[in-house]
Amino acid sequence: MERKIVLEHIDVEGIQHLDVYRQHGGYLSLKKALKSMTPDEVVTEVKTAGLRGRGGAGFPTGMKWSFIDKKSGNPRYLICNADESEPGTFKDRYLMQHIPHRLIEGMICAAYALGANKAYIYVRGEFKAVIGILNTAIKEAYAAGLLGKNILGSGFDLDLHVHSGAGAYICGEETALIESLEGKRGNPRLKPPFPAIKGLYQCPTVVNNVETLANIGWIVNNGGEEYAKIGIGRSTGTKLISACGNINKPGVYEIELGLPVHEFIYSNDYCGGIKGGKELKAVVPGGSSVPILPKELILKTIEGVDRLMSYESLSEGGFISGSMLGSGGFIVFDEDACIVRNTYNFSRFYHHESCGQCSPCREGTSWMESVLHRIENGQGKTKDIDLLVSIASKIEGNTICPLGDAASWPVAAAIRHFRHEFEFHVNHPELIKNIKHGNLEKLDVKN
Amino acid sequence: MSEKHFKHKLYVKENKAVAFSPTTLEKINTIISHYPEGQQKSALIPVLHIAQEEMGGSLNVDIMEYVASLLSITPIEVFEVATFYSQFYLEPVGKYVIEVCQTGPCAICGGEDIMAYLEEKLEIKVGETTSDGLFSLKAVECLGACGSAPVMQVNTEFYEFLDLTKIDTILAELRSKKELKKPEEQTWKERLS
Amino acid sequence: MFKVTIDNQSIEVEPGTTILQAARKIGGEIVPPAMCYHSELKNSGGKCRTCMVKVVQGSANDPRPIPKLVASCRTEVMDGMVVENITSPQVVDARKAVVEFLLLNHPLDCPVCDQAGECDLQNLSYEHGTNATRFEEEKRTYDKVDIGNLIQFHPNRCILCYRCIYAADQLTDNRVHGVLYRGEKSEISTFIHQAIENDFSGNIIDVCPVGALTDKTFRFKNRVWFLKPMDAHRNCPTCSGKVTLWYRGDEVYRVTGRKDVYGEVHDFICNECRFEKKNSNDWTIEGPRTVAPYSVINQNHYKKVVIPSVINPLKETME
Repeated sequence: MERKIVLEHIDVEGIQHLDVYRQHGGYLSLKKALKSMTPDEVVTEVKTAGLRGRGGAGFPTGMKWSFIDKKSGNPRYLICNADESEPGTFKDRYLMQHIPHRLIEGMICAAYALGANKAYIYVRGEFKAVIGILNTAIKEAYAAGLLGKNILGSGFDLDLHVHSGAGAYICGEETALIESLEGKRGNPRLKPPFPAIKGLYQCPTVVNNVETLANIGWIVNNGGEEYAKIGIGRSTGTKLISACGNINKPGVYEIELGLPVHEFIYSNDYCGGIKGGKELKAVVPGGSSVPILPKELILKTIEGVDRLMSYESLSEGGFISGSMLGSGGFIVFDEDACIVRNTYNFSRFYHHESCGQCSPCREGTSWMESVLHRIENGQGKTKDIDLLVSIASKIEGNTICPLGDAASWPVAAAIRHFRHEFEFHVNHPELIKNIKHGNLEKLDVKN
Repeated sequence: MSEKHFKHKLYVKENKAVAFSPTTLEKINTIISHYPEGQQKSALIPVLHIAQEEMGGSLNVDIMEYVASLLSITPIEVFEVATFYSQFYLEPVGKYVIEVCQTGPCAICGGEDIMAYLEEKLEIKVGETTSDGLFSLKAVECLGACGSAPVMQVNTEFYEFLDLTKIDTILAELRSKKELKKPEEQTWKERLS
Repeated sequence: MFKVTIDNQSIEVEPGTTILQAARKIGGEIVPPAMCYHSELKNSGGKCRTCMVKVVQGSANDPRPIPKLVASCRTEVMDGMVVENITSPQVVDARKAVVEFLLLNHPLDCPVCDQAGECDLQNLSYEHGTNATRFEEEKRTYDKVDIGNLIQFHPNRCILCYRCIYAADQLTDNRVHGVLYRGEKSEISTFIHQAIENDFSGNIIDVCPVGALTDKTFRFKNRVWFLKPMDAHRNCPTCSGKVTLWYRGDEVYRVTGRKDVYGEVHDFICNECRFEKKNSNDWTIEGPRTVAPYSVINQNHYKKVVIPSVINPLKETME
């Protein structure tokens, strides 16, 4: 099911540059949108396409756009969320590095649809190289009259700038990103009001992920209906999956939504199977925040149906037996991986990245990390496992932004599916002293 | 000292004169012009990046107060931001800041061994700087390059698909101050092989 | 006017009113507690999560419930909104969780804390907390920060409500303290050695819900429940001059703004009134300050209070 939309022509030499990109059909959508479509028609096409936000939440993009307040008379803003920081996710960096104009083209169409004359790309500070590439591409686009005043003679103006972050996962949350873009700490705002009403500088704003915006050009060119034919059910189009962990071929793959998970893991076109011929143990299919699933549940649903790479199929069974497509950060664990250690690792990450604004997240993420640290280092007690479940449930849903949920889900899911491993840690503290890595249970059997 | 005791010392203003060069000031004015009038505070993070890069690799009170005056904001607004984001250093760092990713995907691909090896090779612990002022070693969370794990960043450059031999080469090259081929100049395929 | 129903009691309020304000209009037990919200401080609230309630019906037009609990202090009512506070087991449970989180790292030094007896966190945990802690870790501590001769700052006790930041931003010209660092390591500080001193700086003591910011001139002098609060005023060129004087015998031990039953001061006072006018002769006495009947200040001890008219099977009886 090879189908390329956002990564089309990615292998072409020099595709980073405007001339090569244009030789391969680049920026055609702009002519179509600006000359023959009204902004509302562009929004309608995106709605028809069924495109859903590719940053993680999967909210319908066309619907998000239609919420933007066009009545207030305040300037409107479009922001591209390129603060890619979700562990396991590296698709946006790949896209921006290799085919930056795809994003810029999509952003111009999107800005036109929204009536925004100013747009920013908020790139995480660590991606210095990406910032350089984007700035070059933007300069090229300005020189060719694709950005700036009166684009292609249409009367539409757009200024596009790159804004750099400085190391904060939380700025991937759209209101934290807006705060950060305003030169403040990345503390998420309370919603409502939503950014579509009061966003950047209290003006109507839309924040979209890189990959989401990179789809817009194709949708304008080919129509929403054509796009909706790709994929499966309400998961239309393609998705960039960043595959990593213990697999033979880590990397970014564009798949048509609906590809069987089994094929994605084992086919040589994608992950190429588990590294070193080992057994698959578990997968975190959508970035570190989503629940981990053991082999049996990632390959098939609890009903025994093949699990597919789609929003619906991956969440089949809810959090009891399912997970989420999330950002498409596909982390694969082999039989030797220690789930306890990895859960501790993820929980350290969320502790480090909590903004500290609201109490359940500030206190809870730190508490979970401490308890997991104890268990991982052989000082845990059986009641600690239930304590973790309890803390996670008390953070979840009670915080200002989704970071609280993102911190609780991995812990709750790891215990749900691998409780025996936590119990083994608690019951065998002597083993832990000598073994830092690896699956304790298995190593014990070997010995 | 307990790791639960946060010793955030109070910093001291040294009253050293700091100023950007005219070229840099021009660059900063361009950045400010990217934001609507009256929203010059938006330029704070980009300007702090420039300040850190051009003024010795880390920020101090004098630099931050200077930045505050450039953007017509109060010093505390700068302190609040500089302490929030992990890329801003408030203590002096070495010429090369080695930041090793410690998060899940890198950790299961050997990221922890890379860190241990660097500690051994540089004879410092995480968070320290070598006595010659060449290297600072830091543990960081996800660098967004999990497909090429384990990963580290030296100043602004990414080093991917690390193993212990590669670390030796990188350290040697950094020591000899030779220019390395920047990772972004390689194609994805080159990096996969 | 919008009609809103909270725990089966209805009231009509102006559009733009928050759920918390509507609940305060109804009064009694159904008022959600609030630690970080302060009605006089713009943008405050939403952070501590103690005031969360369940919206079971969004509005008359769109009756769908709001899936997550909402911060009542920052959520505006809609016409026909139906809210559950103490009648929702989910809310009671979440509040208990928040109290546990807030107390995790808060020192148990009430016996030596000047705020004891008028501490919002003490009241909150008395009402919603549990007897034992599940926290076995070491508590977080910070180095002391000296912010001048008038205000004592105990960072360990801070619950990061941000009220003092908003107060400094909105009442004074030059805010010199802020929230620094991130996450669990966040702290209120000045970053550099300097005092928080200006004509209105003392108000950060009054807005602090806990004992993180206390009056240095009153430090360890007396317990608040031994003092008798009297409302008084003077013609002050700088502020409203409306204060509460705290007496023991004939002696004024301290001067504060007038706190209402929710611990909020509505007339902020200047430092001269607060720190320099501790003589009865400086003031026109209005009479005893009305303090909530259940306050320890009134009773010298916490007392069981039966507030009539509310059906609330979930709440434990206060003793």
